[in-house]
Amino acid sequence: MSEEIKKEIMLPKGEELVLSSSPHIHVTENIQSIMLKVVLAMLPALAAAIWFFGIPALLVIFWCVLFCLVLEIIWCRIAGKPASVVKDGSALVTGLLLAMNLPPVTAWWVCLLGALLAIWLGKQVFGGLGQNPFNPAAVARVGLLIALPRQLTYWIPSSGMTADAANYSEVFYAAADFTKIEQAGQVIDGITCATPLSIAQNTPKILDSGVAAADNFAAIANPESYWQYFIGNMGGSLGETSTLAILIGGIILLSFKLIRWQIPLFYLGTVAVFTGLIHLIWPGVTPPPLFHLLTGGLMLAAFFMATDMVTSPITGRGAAIFGIGLGVMTCVIRIWGGFPEGVSFSILLMNALVPLIERMAKLKPFGFRKPTPAKGA
Amino acid sequence: MTSTIILSVLALSILGIILGLAIGLISKLFGVATDPKVDLVLELLPGANCGGCGKAGCADFARALVSGEASPGQCPVSSQEVMAQIAQVLGMALEAPDKKIAVVLCGGDIQQTKVKTLYNGVNDCISAMLVAGGPKSCAYGCLGMASCARACPFNAIEIINGLAVVHNELCVGCGVCVKTCPRNLIKLVPAEAKVHIYCSSPEKAALKMKVCNVPCIACRKCVKSGEEGQFTINGFRVEVNYDNYPGEDIVSKAGCPKNCLLTAAQHFEIERNEEAGEVVA
Amino acid sequence: MNEQAINKDLKIVSFKGGVHPQKDGKILSKKASIQTAPLLERYQVIVSQNIGAPPKVVVSAGDEVKKGQLLAEAAGFVSVPLHSPTSGKVEGLVDIPGPMGVMTQAISILADGKDEWTELSVSIDWRNSDADTLKKRIMECGIVGMGGAAFPSHVKLSPPPDKKVDYMIINGAECEPYLTADHRVMLEEPEKVLEGAAILGRAAGVKNVVVAVEINKVDAINAMMEKAAQFNVGIVGMKVQYPQGAEKQLIYAVTRRKVPTGALPADVGCIVQNAGTAAAVAEAVNAGIPLIERVTTITGEPVVNPGNWRLRLGTPISEALKLCGGVKCEPGKLILGGPMMGFAQRSTGVSVMKNTSGILLLDKSDVTQYESSPCIRCGRCLEACPMNLQPSALSQLAEAGQYENALKYNVMDCIECGACAFACPAHRPLVQHIRRLKAEIRNRTKKEIKK
Repeated sequence: MSEEIKKEIMLPKGEELVLSSSPHIHVTENIQSIMLKVVLAMLPALAAAIWFFGIPALLVIFWCVLFCLVLEIIWCRIAGKPASVVKDGSALVTGLLLAMNLPPVTAWWVCLLGALLAIWLGKQVFGGLGQNPFNPAAVARVGLLIALPRQLTYWIPSSGMTADAANYSEVFYAAADFTKIEQAGQVIDGITCATPLSIAQNTPKILDSGVAAADNFAAIANPESYWQYFIGNMGGSLGETSTLAILIGGIILLSFKLIRWQIPLFYLGTVAVFTGLIHLIWPGVTPPPLFHLLTGGLMLAAFFMATDMVTSPITGRGAAIFGIGLGVMTCVIRIWGGFPEGVSFSILLMNALVPLIERMAKLKPFGFRKPTPAKGA
Repeated sequence: MTSTIILSVLALSILGIILGLAIGLISKLFGVATDPKVDLVLELLPGANCGGCGKAGCADFARALVSGEASPGQCPVSSQEVMAQIAQVLGMALEAPDKKIAVVLCGGDIQQTKVKTLYNGVNDCISAMLVAGGPKSCAYGCLGMASCARACPFNAIEIINGLAVVHNELCVGCGVCVKTCPRNLIKLVPAEAKVHIYCSSPEKAALKMKVCNVPCIACRKCVKSGEEGQFTINGFRVEVNYDNYPGEDIVSKAGCPKNCLLTAAQHFEIERNEEAGEVVA
Repeated sequence: MNEQAINKDLKIVSFKGGVHPQKDGKILSKKASIQTAPLLERYQVIVSQNIGAPPKVVVSAGDEVKKGQLLAEAAGFVSVPLHSPTSGKVEGLVDIPGPMGVMTQAISILADGKDEWTELSVSIDWRNSDADTLKKRIMECGIVGMGGAAFPSHVKLSPPPDKKVDYMIINGAECEPYLTADHRVMLEEPEKVLEGAAILGRAAGVKNVVVAVEINKVDAINAMMEKAAQFNVGIVGMKVQYPQGAEKQLIYAVTRRKVPTGALPADVGCIVQNAGTAAAVAEAVNAGIPLIERVTTITGEPVVNPGNWRLRLGTPISEALKLCGGVKCEPGKLILGGPMMGFAQRSTGVSVMKNTSGILLLDKSDVTQYESSPCIRCGRCLEACPMNLQPSALSQLAEAGQYENALKYNVMDCIECGACAFACPAHRPLVQHIRRLKAEIRNRTKKEIKK
């Protein structure tokens, strides 16, 4: 009987055993799945963009993603890295983020330039994924804004804002090639529209606190307009308008633990408090905090841009400091700066400070006690 | 227009002069007195900051030299002439040490020594040692993960065929690799010693032969064909006595059956050829 | 059989951080009751089985030994004796593959098949004996921490006199995935564990004795709760979270006390002993039986019949695997211990030691090939680290060789539990990097002391 059993028993030969350091099991999550979850979180905002800005927005998204992926592969070829690196999905995320930061009508070559700035200058020159100090999409946005201010501030009204909704897509599709904008302008009236923030920027500031000061921003900051801002029916970059869609995405990000909750909380909180104070003292200088929270790129930045894992502090305390810094900087630029919007600038500036913040906000180990200087005894 | 130009040039020049004076004054007032000899010596030192002398870089060594805590011979990198110059600056006599170079005493490349286990981890000898002593079946052989090559400040070590080999012409004998190697395979030997026994395993011959094709099996052929005292027998292996090393002719005289007694040049050539052979095959 | 309900009176505690592996593999062997392995022809007992000084061998080739006879005697305070697993002839000292991958010395014993006991020490009435007698017996029976570290138990029971110890915690967490040995011991021999706990408490002069168990072992908890009162031992439940059973985390979960950096559990008045150790202590004190066998989980997907076996010291792994019917397919990895902290082996020639809590085989598909993607700073490792360290930063410092900076990030506090590397989506070898940092820093301090 024992003979029989012995025949059946197979023992490991030991030649194919792998030696490695513990632990020997791992989570199934990997970088690719993380990036895909981020993409999932972006989908509501992208859908809102297409809903409000139609085909031109879709076109911009397409160009940005395409160029980002292609440029990533080209760089990998040149630098001798395996081109399969592109599979990690980070270029896809950068492409989508870049698109969300561009006006709904953007020519293909602007997208190409943006992708170049984002992938090559923003990411690969530093050594690729994980090594870049600055958010690639913010680098591209700021670079384009400085190089091509006209193209980057060419805002179109959303489809909900024009009377001629039927022809909307057709007209702006023609405008997608930037050279034909003049022609498009003849077809439809009011081809450009100002963003609420640029209206606020251009409204003369009233320093004393009279009735005129209180009413200074009434046209753009009232309950009805707030609702429009919330659902996203306003001019602006294609991914930043709909607060609702971004909040849905934000909840997805938070539930997958893809972002540190401290960043949006402290960023938005600081903006609310800061603008609230200024509005309380000089109501004629800046609109109320709710206006600031709902307009411009703040929501997009707070949930998608500033929270980029690579370029934000890794510790909770660091993330809180980072959020507060972002909030202060954004408010200062919005209220007193030369640009109507300041989120991209503040992200880049705070990105530069991340190593410093991380030094300040190092974690204290479990059971930490200050080393006692006393020696001997 | 012209006045503007003159004015600005004038203003900047005056500003420059004032600031220049200020800097000069401050450096005189608050300057830390240094021995000018330190700078002179530092100038002469190679500046590789290899740490072979045991000090934290060349500047530290220069200070130690001037204060008399060190002697120029401690710098393993400097040539004889440079040492003489330094000794001159310091005004001391030079005791001349022999120039030394490093040698990796293992011949177990990937063809000769079996890599027994698949290793899955950081590609670095020191890290690999932490995981069950590394993947190589010989527990004393070169792991070939280039920790020494990365540590070498002079790029004198190359991994050929999964084995670290020293380029004699580049090696200055600073000894950084000796400290790095987790298996203590690297030795500093006199540059004139050309013959080495490429095996450091203290195990019994039978065990060594199971895992490696080129071990020293302590057959003592070399000991017999050499002069008295040129080799020392250390347990189950023979070592070259580097205080009284044999000449190159010993290789042909001894006819090492395992091919582990070789000149450095032969060893290098064998590894190169094997590597080339692998590519062809 | 349905899972039993958790007793409502059970206090459930936990620590901060950690990970919870979804696929914990305990299902493979947790229903398999403990079986006693048949006598083998030959045992190869590794000499150095405890942390501290290896014991001094007192037998030589040709000697006849009885089961339980002294093979090697303790060499110093931090050392324990070693006893023969069966009766037979000593064949001599041989070199066999050790658990750390290097060859190690073992005493080879050829069994004579009679399995005769030597004359054992008499039973001690532990309720009425003093602490020193108990400690002496525990030492003489060669008892060490059987959870993994193999630290001599009597040393732990003798803290410096200035440290007032008021808590004895018996570690029944068994937080490592796959392992079920302690689970089965607590379920099948609750009295032994509880009695051992009470003895350990008495030996340390401690009133508060608790057994802490993760709540995925409800049956074991219930079995022990029935009997706990008679030994005056408390039972505490713990959340299922790795590394719940790590010493510092366990103490924090049970007592809310934080063991300070570089300090010992005794500094906060606690002593921790493993559940298996407690059972061995009960046997040693009541019957004078030395530690010559232990319950080990033999498991993993490639194993035909995973189970829990009472194996004698010196049983080769290959023989142990035969008991389980061998393997279904060629495994990718052989691990001594659990998958989180166990050591990968290169051969099946290693033999069972006092701290071999598990023999684990992993399927080739589970053996992920190492690919170092760059860190994307997602912070998963920070969340997972039970010591609140920053493994991502440490790993980068290791790659850059910045040992001084690593000290500023408190690298020496790392307990190498592996939670960070488990959670890392980039699959970075964080633990290996940290081990390298620690090894390098230790070398440097040693050199400095020499100077």
